[in-house]
Amino acid sequence: MPITPPPLPDESGSAQPGRWRSNLGFLVLIVLGVVVMLGTIWEPRTVQPPESFDPQSRGDASIQATAGKVDQAIAQTWATAEVEPVSRADDLAIVRRLSLGLIGTIPSFEEIRAIEAVPESRRIDWWLAHLFEDPRYGDYVAERFARAYVGTDAGPLLVYRRRRMVNWLAEEFRANRPYDELVRSLIAAEGVWTSNPAANFLTRTIENGNKDKGPDEVELAARMTRAFLGVRIDCMQCHDDKLGDRWKQADFHQLAAFFAQAENGLTGIRDNQKVSYSYRYRGSREEAPVSAVVPFQPEIFPEEGALRERLAIWTTHPENKAFARTTVNRVWAILFGKALVEPVDDIPLDGELPDALDLLADDLIANQFDLQRLIRVIASTEAYQLDSRSEDPKLEDVWASYPLTRLRPEQVAQSVIQASSLTTINREAHIIQRMKRFGETNDFVKRYGDLGEEEFLDQGGTIPQRLLLMNGKLLDERTEDNIVMNAATRIGALAGSDQKAVETAYLSIFTRRPTSEELTHFVGTLRDKKSKARNNAMQDLFWALMNATEFSWNH
Amino acid sequence: MLQAVGLSGATWLTPFADLLAVDAERPNRRGKSVILLWLAGAPSQLETFDPHPGSPISYGTKSIKTANPEVELASTLEQTAEVMNDVSLIRSAVSREGDHQRAIYNIKTGYRPIPALSHPSIGAVITHELPNPKIEIPTHVSILPSQFPSRGGYLGAQYDAFQIGNPTEPLQDMQAKTSDVRANQRLKSLSVVEKAFSQGRYTKLDAEKTLHVATVEKARRMMTSEQLKAFDVSDEPADVRAAYGETPFGRGCLAARRLVEAGVRCVEVTLGGWDTHVNNHELQAGRVAILDPAFATLIKDLKQRDLLDQTVVLCGGEFGRTPKLNGLDGRDHWPHGFSLALAGGGIQGGRVVGKTDPSGEKQEPERPVPVADIHATIQTVLGIDPEYEVMTPANRPLALSEGNLIRELL
Repeated sequence: MPITPPPLPDESGSAQPGRWRSNLGFLVLIVLGVVVMLGTIWEPRTVQPPESFDPQSRGDASIQATAGKVDQAIAQTWATAEVEPVSRADDLAIVRRLSLGLIGTIPSFEEIRAIEAVPESRRIDWWLAHLFEDPRYGDYVAERFARAYVGTDAGPLLVYRRRRMVNWLAEEFRANRPYDELVRSLIAAEGVWTSNPAANFLTRTIENGNKDKGPDEVELAARMTRAFLGVRIDCMQCHDDKLGDRWKQADFHQLAAFFAQAENGLTGIRDNQKVSYSYRYRGSREEAPVSAVVPFQPEIFPEEGALRERLAIWTTHPENKAFARTTVNRVWAILFGKALVEPVDDIPLDGELPDALDLLADDLIANQFDLQRLIRVIASTEAYQLDSRSEDPKLEDVWASYPLTRLRPEQVAQSVIQASSLTTINREAHIIQRMKRFGETNDFVKRYGDLGEEEFLDQGGTIPQRLLLMNGKLLDERTEDNIVMNAATRIGALAGSDQKAVETAYLSIFTRRPTSEELTHFVGTLRDKKSKARNNAMQDLFWALMNATEFSWNH
Repeated sequence: MLQAVGLSGATWLTPFADLLAVDAERPNRRGKSVILLWLAGAPSQLETFDPHPGSPISYGTKSIKTANPEVELASTLEQTAEVMNDVSLIRSAVSREGDHQRAIYNIKTGYRPIPALSHPSIGAVITHELPNPKIEIPTHVSILPSQFPSRGGYLGAQYDAFQIGNPTEPLQDMQAKTSDVRANQRLKSLSVVEKAFSQGRYTKLDAEKTLHVATVEKARRMMTSEQLKAFDVSDEPADVRAAYGETPFGRGCLAARRLVEAGVRCVEVTLGGWDTHVNNHELQAGRVAILDPAFATLIKDLKQRDLLDQTVVLCGGEFGRTPKLNGLDGRDHWPHGFSLALAGGGIQGGRVVGKTDPSGEKQEPERPVPVADIHATIQTVLGIDPEYEVMTPANRPLALSEGNLIRELL
């Protein structure tokens, strides 16, 4: 079996000569061991072109058309604000953004080599097709959406299985099931949380240790309006709207009434039609029965069917613009790190909204809630492809530069792990590699601090986060002297020259090539260094790049 | 300043000026702090601060007299009994949260949990409102954190508590993994990379937005700070350590005193194991045996060092426990009249607020104290206006606390 390391830019130089030739038997043993390990961890392979990518096509014209309309709408806001947009970002920078948003990590070195072989005009299409075929796409986007549906806590014991729900969502996103269908199955879910994972949307709200009480209709009303309608009416639980007269306390409780019949029994979640909801409104003395009524657009509310089914149909109705807008706003936020309308789940129903939001919402409705199409449209817009470099901090407020946002902890952890391996750590990677990634990521996220549901808050970094990257275990173990596991050592040993070593490291960590100043500096740190000293210098290079702003911020 | 006008050491100083002089000689005392002794799982009020000896609901729990003739405690709190002139009790705290997670959120933030907003815990509010620029270590610390340590909420993750484990063990990630030579080389390389990133970007990016380079700098200062010694209780005299108790919690309380001395604003020390649904009396007694010496010694130690006036100590858990024993000799959750102890920082000692029904029949206590009132009171004695409104990320102004002052404690 030949040792086939992933291709490096130039392999004419080779590994350091061994000094223990005298003991040939020992050497053979070592080599054999390395061969076996390399063979299992890096089976020789190349990045296959995505199946759904047609090299002959020029891309979907209707996607370009919608993106063009969004571009015009956004250009209008630039004109109004009297600003000029920055220039377009490099392809590789866009590729990096897409990976972080859709699979939660950065592209691998082998992927970068593959994308650079694609003609420039098709690179983004090629990359999106590649990502949609990557199983990590479903996993990652499911996790991001699940935060809006059920938060991040472990929730009630026994009756709630978050992992099962996320795995099911991942399958749905991979299959690109129409998003309105998916949401209907959440709102109207029945049955046991294990066999029908969607039912966890309801069982999440069961009070811990009190499973006979059933799901909490008040919490469900609050969750469902925020996650699916972009309306925060939680406060109306206790009083009428204090910031206007749009909402009444009754609106909230009439929504809660839809969930009041949901009970948890031997067969899981079922509606008990004998139950009626009542509430004591502010200012009144007694509880009064509350009937289930939708808070707006009663004309699209179906007259027949079970309560939650009717609510599900009304919520996802093509004429209920709030649903499509909320979906667009969340997908936009996942791709840009920042919502089009902030906060992500608070979109005025009848206030003034960016034209781009409605253009995208209309396209989503017209295309049967096809989420992957929505992602393609957004990724094709001029705004998405702009550079993040700008001398005026206000440009990003009007999408005249790509917003700089802090990466989430799992994005940072997985980027450290990916950058430390020249090959892609996806589902095809060795099970040991994947299990190690899982454990390391969990450990890192716990210590880095997870923002939970409030994942789009604009916050600076913290001291424990910096300490964790500067002195922590993950980065150290992933970059230390280890010719079998770590890219840092492998690049130092196998890249033909100091210059190639620095370039390969930059591509692996930053998805770009070094500036001439950076190149000169790092080539200087490697010059004439051999064996251990060279491996240390490579580790120091990795440390510097992974501790930089550029590594922790989406740009 | 005193020196400038030639008064230093003068014997005729008025008491007020005397106080100033003491302050001037104590560079570490830069304002007030809070120590939260967090009893995770919820202690039984009947086996701690609110015994009802002789009543059927005591199930045999006895009480002892304390330094304060008007207060009795459960008989297991022997040392705490000695400091009851400095400590006040709220025996009628009420909330509407009977689930651990929700109740912890409620007590630590003063607000009920809602999906729309994450509120800052008391330590985050204090560190936000009373910044201490001279300190190189985090000013909000959680020792032995439980599952739900104090968070910065909408104030930002930089106000989250800095979490540490047992204070005799070295702090995690505080040591560079390489030699000084390589560490310096790494920082030099980092500045080359940061320079490339800042090209073409606005100059105040780091100062106003990412705080990245600034935080690396802070982290480095912390790694080499003398103040880190405040975390390490190993250089305390053996008798002091013994007095606090040679337990992780006892050492945590001692570290809390050292941290407050160094200028840290809020230290939370957690003691778990109070959730006694089974075998209540025995399990509570085991926890009290750890709490009693640590709490009492902390109060005495703070007082002896003239730190008690500057330091609010709050001791309690997320709710109380049911007056009636369940079938397994356990007590269940009871948010309807539970006890918290408060001392120092301008809180009057020796007071008792509220009263629970000795028969356990009446759920509602006399003079119920909502959780938010405790927050408003602590903020007030620290010089923070509870009605001050902060703009939340939802663009809605929100008061630091919506509670009322507990006047009996002032």
